[in-house]
Amino acid sequence: MAKLIIPTPLRKYANNTAFFETDSFTVDQAVEALTTEYPELKTHLIDNNGKVRSFIKVFVGDDDIKALDGIDTELNENDVVSIVPAIAGGVQALYEQIKKWH
Amino acid sequence: MTEQNSKILILESEPDILMRKHSIEDFPNESCGFMYGYETETERIITIARPVINSKEGDQKRRFEISPFDYMKAEAFALQKNLTLLGVYHSHPQHPAIASVHDLKSAMPFFSYVIYSVMNAKIDDVKSWQLKDNGEEFYEEEVRLTILNTVNKIQTT
Ligand SMILES: [Zn+2]
Repeated sequence: MAKLIIPTPLRKYANNTAFFETDSFTVDQAVEALTTEYPELKTHLIDNNGKVRSFIKVFVGDDDIKALDGIDTELNENDVVSIVPAIAGGVQALYEQIKKWH
Repeated sequence: MTEQNSKILILESEPDILMRKHSIEDFPNESCGFMYGYETETERIITIARPVINSKEGDQKRRFEISPFDYMKAEAFALQKNLTLLGVYHSHPQHPAIASVHDLKSAMPFFSYVIYSVMNAKIDDVKSWQLKDNGEEFYEEEVRLTILNTVNKIQTT
């Protein structure tokens, strides 16, 4: 069984669980199994084209699946799959902010 | 229901001091890090803050980014300490503590986004933001500080 780690901000859509175990053979199947079990997760993980959202990365162990076979990356017994949200931000030019305030 | 999940965010003094120091140290660049703690019915209490490296390539005065590895470590730390990963802090050098469109772009539900405004290398303000359930905008969380009296002391050290 591979183990998925659900990121904390999405756990409220997954019955507040941190882990999801699956005997899926690929990342694609594992994500499918996860969103079937917890349908509310789907919009947060998958975009309108059925792809993993651009702000979400998937890692198998320490490897970004982009460096492996992408969504078709095969899973082995005891693999740990991490769903990793992008964390980024910054300031915006003050004139944009002022526009928003008025 | 308005602001459905709205709880009071309590910043315990130890993490608050650490985040302030970090934000001043990294000025004029943006600092960033994770916040951990626990929740009650009405409160969200931050007991630990852990700085991470701003991995943004390019203008760190105006942007921050946290690497996926640091994110995975943060989740592991929370599990190991039996704490909840409650959010992310970052600083706004020479800008108000108002969440920006850039902050909104990759904001996740549930997380508290604490912003320290740093003006001329001094903490000017702190505010916290959480994504609304519609996923399209932030609402401001009520923040309760526990170190009000020590703020000036920190800034002069
Ligand atoms: Zn920001």
